[in-house]
Amino acid sequence: MLIFEKSVQGRAAQAQSPHLQKDAVRIDSSLLRQTKPCLPEVSELETVRHFTNLSRKNFSIDTNFYPLGSCTMKYNPRAAHQFASDEKFLNQHPYIDDDYKQGTLQCLYELQHTIKSVTGMTAVSLTPMAGAQGEFAGVAMIRAYHDERGDKQREEIIVPDAAHGTNPATAFMCGYKVREVATLSDSGDVDLTALKAVLSEKTAGIMLTNPSTLGVFERKIKEIADLTHEAGGLLYYDGANLNAIMGKVRPGDMGFDVMHLNLHKTFATPHGGGGPGAGPVAANSKLAKYLPVPVVQKTATGRYILVDETHYPHSIGKLSTFFGNTGVLIRAYIYAKMLGGNGLTQASTLATLNANYLMTALHKAGFTLAYPQRRASHEFIITLEPEHKIYGITALDVAKCLLDRGIHAPTMYFPLLVAECLLIEPTETESKQQLDEFVDAMIAIRQMMIENAEQLKQAPQKLPVTRLDEVKAAKTLDLVWSE
Amino acid sequence: MSFTPHTPEDIALMLNSIGIDSVEQLFDEIPSAIRIEGLPDLADGINEMAMGREIKKISAGNKNLLNFIGAGAYQHHIPSAVWQLAGRGELLTAYTPYQAEASQGSLQIIFEFQTMIASLCGMDVANASMYDGASALAESILMAVRANKKTTSKKIVIADSIHPCYLNVMNSITRYQGIEIQCVETDRYNDVNTLKSAAHESFAAVVLPQPNFLGQLTRVDAITDWAHQHHALVIGLVNPVTLGLLKEPGSWGARGADIVCGEGQPLGVPLAGGGPYFGFMACKKQFIRQMPGRIVGKTTDTNGKTGYCLTLQAREQHIRRSKATSNICTNQGLLMTVATIYMSLLGPQGLKNVAIKSHQNTARLIELLNTVKQVHCVYADNFCHEMVIQVPSSAKSVLKKMADRGVAGGYDLATLGQAWADKLLVCSTEVHNENDLQQFITVLKTAIEDV
Repeated sequence: MLIFEKSVQGRAAQAQSPHLQKDAVRIDSSLLRQTKPCLPEVSELETVRHFTNLSRKNFSIDTNFYPLGSCTMKYNPRAAHQFASDEKFLNQHPYIDDDYKQGTLQCLYELQHTIKSVTGMTAVSLTPMAGAQGEFAGVAMIRAYHDERGDKQREEIIVPDAAHGTNPATAFMCGYKVREVATLSDSGDVDLTALKAVLSEKTAGIMLTNPSTLGVFERKIKEIADLTHEAGGLLYYDGANLNAIMGKVRPGDMGFDVMHLNLHKTFATPHGGGGPGAGPVAANSKLAKYLPVPVVQKTATGRYILVDETHYPHSIGKLSTFFGNTGVLIRAYIYAKMLGGNGLTQASTLATLNANYLMTALHKAGFTLAYPQRRASHEFIITLEPEHKIYGITALDVAKCLLDRGIHAPTMYFPLLVAECLLIEPTETESKQQLDEFVDAMIAIRQMMIENAEQLKQAPQKLPVTRLDEVKAAKTLDLVWSE
Repeated sequence: MSFTPHTPEDIALMLNSIGIDSVEQLFDEIPSAIRIEGLPDLADGINEMAMGREIKKISAGNKNLLNFIGAGAYQHHIPSAVWQLAGRGELLTAYTPYQAEASQGSLQIIFEFQTMIASLCGMDVANASMYDGASALAESILMAVRANKKTTSKKIVIADSIHPCYLNVMNSITRYQGIEIQCVETDRYNDVNTLKSAAHESFAAVVLPQPNFLGQLTRVDAITDWAHQHHALVIGLVNPVTLGLLKEPGSWGARGADIVCGEGQPLGVPLAGGGPYFGFMACKKQFIRQMPGRIVGKTTDTNGKTGYCLTLQAREQHIRRSKATSNICTNQGLLMTVATIYMSLLGPQGLKNVAIKSHQNTARLIELLNTVKQVHCVYADNFCHEMVIQVPSSAKSVLKKMADRGVAGGYDLATLGQAWADKLLVCSTEVHNENDLQQFITVLKTAIEDV
């Protein structure tokens, strides 16, 4: 039931309305509202009950295992949330003088340092509010670099066919044409011959994820970097999979010029049902001067200050009204500080161990790996193409069946290269027992395929709704409630 | 301290199962020339108790002031229930609701949010939120250019009374797609005649801030009709709390605004040093396919039961890739949840009362300011809950002195140019009582004497 259907005219959460002695206003009547907006008229208890009950219709990390490839759904430490929710951080207008927000600025400054250490880059801007905005910043910086050199014929960005959809969409937003480059189907590495064929004086840059979205480390990364640089292009690193490599290898050392990080993945800030995230952008010395502003600096006297275009005249500009998602950045700072250099390294080690253990176990259980001869990074792909052919079931059916067993579905049908695929990322915060339970669930689902494939196609049956008619939703476009 | 559950025995069993001897072997595909061994320039981790001590020390560097700054971020009372509910793990730690059956809570909240925002704006539909107000405006501009089929112009006309940071962000985000932004100098009413003289050729859309950056109310009806006569779309840039009181953009002029966006922070989100906030976006139904961002629709399951799912995904990057409406691949889910709970607790009358009380407090502050020598209210009428005052010396020095006495006295308008360096943008909302207003006056007087 929608909250509007619980509404009764004249009812209100009375404790929440400010007390008015009179309702007179000094505003021209032609500018005043004549209609009553469709907000519910409900009591405070009704509101609390409504949203509490809605929350119970959700999967979440706090309640379920999320082996969701490319999303790094690790535990979100309560301490980070609790400490960042202190009044000292919350009750601060963004436009108060820097002198009164030294605490916040110190957290941000130290986070910039941590990011530099982890990535091997020389400068960081924390302002992008999501991974996609960090990507935008990075590609815009590549553009600013070429533009400043008068290198205007560079109008293409190269993107592997396995890339996240945000990569080509970002390239377009920055005014670039997208050239796709193939991935080798046996190894998952980029096809160097194909790459050489698309590199030219028109190449502005290449966008790569490493480990790639195929769950394998791109072994020829140095060759790719050299070839791209020789052609006059720059390398952009999509930090979606950074959780695989902290303390093992750094994008800066691989030859990347600019990158973004997803703090809501690698640095464990809560996803919030789809945001807020944070997508800081880091660059090497070649591109540092183009970073979006503001950036936090420390003066000789130890004072922290926010600097803007006056210090960064080549900046691509501002991407948010104020600083970006400050509260998310503070949570990430706390997480990184609690883990430390050793803990971050251990996180990547055990994320990789979990992925390889799970991959091996599923393989032993008879599932087909997309890249059986490769190590898994922090994630891996299985293909259900054989099961699809024999039993007629799809990756979607298996995903929905997992939901019935209290396990969030892995990423499905991505990357687009592998048919009927599941991209599986367990993260380091899951126990061996949880991974074993997942394998057991997959074995049980396989048994269902053999015994009762039709029943499998009816999943889920134990959730608040069964499979939803998405075609109907797009056709009827019922997007708002009305009486 | 990596929040990992592995015992040494677990690790041994797992390695054995994989068929290797050490975890390092898992990284043997990384070329050795670029391998590093850990992160030695970062300190080792610390436990929660030590972190608690550390963060107390750091946060002591933050000073909380009695706040009279608005300028795009507004302090309002936040009911206790808002964040206690939004902070439930089931909402806080959920993923984007791609798996609809496992996300009916988040999806229904988005559907309710879309309903509330669309209605507040007087529009037909709304999306599931954007990053913040400025980026929502940038996306609205790109959307308007795509949606306006009556002109090929990529020109956008904007009154110069818009937030300067919004202009900056708009430029950063739209500049690579051939968008031309014409910033027009207007009077404080954004009078249509001032715009008319500037816009000669055809243009795709006009952006109308209500209220504008200086807290002044735009004469929205006349400009909306004028823009429509010129086949341009109208983008309303609004503060959602003031829409409890002010005319909804859907009723501006004869046909209403076409796209409405703004900063959602006033709806239950704390100031929090500038974020995370959220942007909102609503539009007339005919433009929905050009709208970026997540959108939730109502549907039924295989048993005919009502449910909700993401819809119109064919607009989005994970399907359309380089032909998507935007590269955006998320919303600000948690903040949007907060706003939905806030709007539920306030209801239509409560929200209107917040807007009225904020306006009345600002009016009362103007009344009190009339008693302060050397201070002049630049705009003493036509305001909503923010106004401009002129002080006898630089705003910067006055603000500094006020802050030293515990009051954040306003926003320094020097960012608009030298002519504004002695002017402050001051905001009062329902959180202030008479004592707070009196304290502002006392501290302002002392500050002026001190400078």
